Amino acid sequence: MSRSVSICSLAAAAAFLFVGVFGATKPVSATVPQAPASTAEVKIDNFSFGPQTLTVAVGTTVTWINRDDIPHTVVSNNGVFKSKVLDTDDKFSYTFSKAGDYQYFCSIHPKMTGKVVAQ
Amino acid sequence: MTRSNKNIIEHDHNHDGIDRRGFLKCMAWAGTGAFCVIQGGVLKSYSLSRLSEIGPSEAAGELSFVQISDSHMGFNKPANPDVVGTLKAAVDKINALSRAPEFLLHTGDISHLSKPEEFDTVDQILKNAAPKDAFFVPGEHDVLNDDGKSFRDRYAKNAKGDGWYSFDKKGVHFVGLVNVMNLKPGGLGTLGHEQLEWLEDDVKHLKHSTPIVVFAHIPLWSVYPEWGWGTEDSAQALSYLKKFGSVTVLNGHIHQTMQKVEGNVTFHTACSTAFPQPQPGKAPSPGPMKVPDDQLRGVLGITDVNHVQGQHGLAVIDSSLA
Repeated sequence: MSRSVSICSLAAAAAFLFVGVFGATKPVSATVPQAPASTAEVKIDNFSFGPQTLTVAVGTTVTWINRDDIPHTVVSNNGVFKSKVLDTDDKFSYTFSKAGDYQYFCSIHPKMTGKVVAQ
Repeated sequence: MTRSNKNIIEHDHNHDGIDRRGFLKCMAWAGTGAFCVIQGGVLKSYSLSRLSEIGPSEAAGELSFVQISDSHMGFNKPANPDVVGTLKAAVDKINALSRAPEFLLHTGDISHLSKPEEFDTVDQILKNAAPKDAFFVPGEHDVLNDDGKSFRDRYAKNAKGDGWYSFDKKGVHFVGLVNVMNLKPGGLGTLGHEQLEWLEDDVKHLKHSTPIVVFAHIPLWSVYPEWGWGTEDSAQALSYLKKFGSVTVLNGHIHQTMQKVEGNVTFHTACSTAFPQPQPGKAPSPGPMKVPDDQLRGVLGITDVNHVQGQHGLAVIDSSLA
């Protein structure tokens, strides 16, 4: 995961460099391809978060999706993020703009815990 | 009734039909013919198929009430796409009892997603139940969006704190507790300091001979902590009840009947009226258990409790919806 993210970042940097060097002579149009923002997914299934520990680059948007037939929540232990109740197939996203370890749990089934490492 | 069910009593040290030290448990899959009897005046449990064997003197008491649990109104997955129908069936069952129970206890997870329309549907169905009085404690599914405010506004207006309260009926002291709020990461159900203090005070002045019935959603004993089936500070709560001769604890949450006796305390969990859950550790997770359609109603149910004044015991009878 972290390897593909850094390749993405490299691509983003290259794209900006291209615009920076050549953009001045040519008006930048809206069609110039933007580097896709980094994303990652955590699946909620069988009363667990998968992967339980997810490592992402700072700036990555993580989306949790509930594939269980019971509602769950995604709540950071120290209140950084808190989803609404996610029924089956509902999603919740949070963008990790600061590096750190983010422990979280399901506030309905607190035995369900997970961690996102943003670096 | 006989005490001949040897599958239940493993170490009958006192020859009274009660295993006081070991883990006396009865996994009564209501409707499968399994049932347990604990005599010595503490607790009796029958599945529907055995109800006909109970004589009128055993069925009638000074006080009787029913427990239903885990209606999960709004649930619509394959494990039971008709939770309205099965709750109605539970009410029909209650109404078919030869003597109308005094009141109804609902031990939580009334709704699936805490939606007002889910609560409305349950209220409508329960209006048709013979017992006009009903008492509720919240399950974790009832307090999802507003820390339980809408639950309390509807079901526990005069309650203390997060929704706990007590009341007396014909000499029995009933205590409704809330153990689904402020859950901690990695933890179990929680009562919390404020509620524990209230409980200690609530029972302090009662006579030791007063039968006590405590009801709460998550089991107040460690059924299976790996799945969160227990309450972290329940030992503290039970310590305040040690002095009483008869304590019955009624819970829901695990969608199956289970019983345990520890000294003067009988623990009992009720079936769900909505869908069954697997036995502890017998599945990868405690999610809804899918059973063939023709078996579903056999694993859903109601609990009918009789109190005979002058005796310490409470008789708990499980009925399946089959």
